[in-house]
Amino acid sequence: MATSSSDSTAGLASRLGGLALRRREASIFIAGCLLVIYFQITTDVFVSGANVSTLVQYAGATAVLAAGEVMVLICGELDLSIGMVYALSPFLMFYANEAGVPMALAIILALAGAGVVGLINGLVTTWLKLPSFVTTLGMLFLINGFTLVISGGFPVQPQAGEIFTAVMGGSATAMVIWAVLIAVILQFVLTRTRWGLHTIAIGGNLSGATEAGIKVKTLKIRNFMLCSMLAGFGGILDTFRIGSIDPLAGGNEIMFMAIASAVIGGTLLTGGVGTIIGALFGAIVLAILKDGFTLSGVSAYTFDMILGAAILVTMTINVHLNQLREKGRV
Amino acid sequence: MTMSTTQHSTTDNDLVRLEHVSKRFGPVEPLKDINLRVGHGEVLGLLGNNGAGKSTLMKILCGFHPASDGTMYFEGKPVNLRSVTHARQLGIDCVYQDLALVNELNVYHNMFLQREPVHGGPLGILNNKRMKADAERHLADMGVNIPSVDVEIAKLSGGQRQAIAVARSVYSNARLLLLDEPTAAMGAKEGAMILNVIKRLRERGDVSVIIIAHNYAQIFDVCDRINLLREGEIVFDRATSDTSVQELTDIVVNEYRAATEAEA
Ligand SMILES: Nc1ncnc2c1ncn2[C@@H]1O[C@H](COP(=O)(O)OP(=O)(O)OP(=O)(O)O)[C@@H](O)[C@H]1O
Ligand SMILES: [Mg+2]
Repeated sequence: MATSSSDSTAGLASRLGGLALRRREASIFIAGCLLVIYFQITTDVFVSGANVSTLVQYAGATAVLAAGEVMVLICGELDLSIGMVYALSPFLMFYANEAGVPMALAIILALAGAGVVGLINGLVTTWLKLPSFVTTLGMLFLINGFTLVISGGFPVQPQAGEIFTAVMGGSATAMVIWAVLIAVILQFVLTRTRWGLHTIAIGGNLSGATEAGIKVKTLKIRNFMLCSMLAGFGGILDTFRIGSIDPLAGGNEIMFMAIASAVIGGTLLTGGVGTIIGALFGAIVLAILKDGFTLSGVSAYTFDMILGAAILVTMTINVHLNQLREKGRV
Repeated sequence: MTMSTTQHSTTDNDLVRLEHVSKRFGPVEPLKDINLRVGHGEVLGLLGNNGAGKSTLMKILCGFHPASDGTMYFEGKPVNLRSVTHARQLGIDCVYQDLALVNELNVYHNMFLQREPVHGGPLGILNNKRMKADAERHLADMGVNIPSVDVEIAKLSGGQRQAIAVARSVYSNARLLLLDEPTAAMGAKEGAMILNVIKRLRERGDVSVIIIAHNYAQIFDVCDRINLLREGEIVFDRATSDTSVQELTDIVVNEYRAATEAEA
């Protein structure tokens, strides 16, 4: 007994060590650690309670959106409409609540509304055979217009109990729990269930997956719906965090941030390869960059330039590390 | 019920038979009047020059092309293949290179794709342990030699991939395997692995195989019978025990000479 348990501890340790280098998420994780060290040295206040909650603000909803986007990317598609669904669904929730629906139910209705958007994205892409880039680009404008029309362009404040608000994203802790919980569950779905396996198969070899009898259309539609619902959920979390809903919030910036998180986390735009945990790390790294440069006192104009360059540098390192890993050198 | 099935197997020993099958694509007629049979557990080698119609014949057998004319019998009954899926349901499986495998997935996930054992319940949680054990055992049975069933398909050689594709078809209860130049573009060692798998299948005797190859010396040993296709017609049909590599060489050389003389 004693031998076997010490064996397994040693085995576990070496497995963890190997994991750190071989997994796709590893490079982005290392990049994140280096950035934290850099900003802690240069700003002194980076690793502090207050700043961590700022990081959560930046990364929370983005990570939730990125998790759904990864599923769509892995099956070889792209969803550009998530930023607009992020803005729409809090309004659906607000108006349902105004009409007398209890808040919890209003959230479910809002998520169902987001799911319908995903359903349309999926149906148009798979049955009408439009490239998802085009489908979701159209949907992006359509939803944006719709949100502006129903809101009249004005922000509103949803009313909910204190605890309810805190749980639904009002507190930084709740935000972290949601983001991590969603990432862990989806990573499990991706790597341990038929749904995930078939999603990878579709993105990796569409004709092979079709021939094996996988229901490609159904599965793609399901992933589009999941992606939209998570985008809606991200919007709702941010609504309770901020305390108001702005029809102009989120939009394309959060969409690009979510896609960037997925990609720098190790998900390929070409399909077949991806990781949800990587996307979570990706969202955190982008938040670290944004926050770190803000703390360093960089002006808003130069900030975007630095962020762009930083994305390019991180990505370059990441891509090459992945290549080395594929060749079995690391 | 039992009576009639018994009757079938006594009156018809072939797994698949084609009678007077032809195929036209507009003005071209790559298959003219094909009569072909494959017995239960038999390995048939299909030889012929470039453009003789070998691949077209395979595509008819696997339900990809409908025949223009003629009848196909499967286990003695006439069948009209509607699609590749339909053919596969009957147990006719075309292993075209390794194209059906997913590079991003490991060996055992590929072996079980769309037939994955799960831990009950609606969530579809994969039973990786069982898949792994079954895949290992099955590949070992078939003589497929790979470092581990945990590796991604992308990291394997062409021969290993082809062997896994064959093993996967057999595992999915295929009755007739169609192999279109499985050893093409492969080194001797890689090709040997495929041929070894076919040899094992032949010993087991429960799967029939049609194999197309240009290098007939290479496949001669694994075949029970050889058919030679020339301009859409089968011009030679003999058991390997009644012919030799030398005889086949002579036929092919003569054909080549006739062709070049006709051109000149
Ligand atoms: N879909 C098609 N449409 C028109 N002609 C075709 C089609 N498929 C095959 N052919 C023609 O049928 C003839 C036989 O082709 P096939 O691919 O069966 O030859 P093959 O014996 O497999 O040759 P190879 O050894 O080069 O693979 C060729 O002349 C080819 O051009
Ligand atoms: Mg051919």
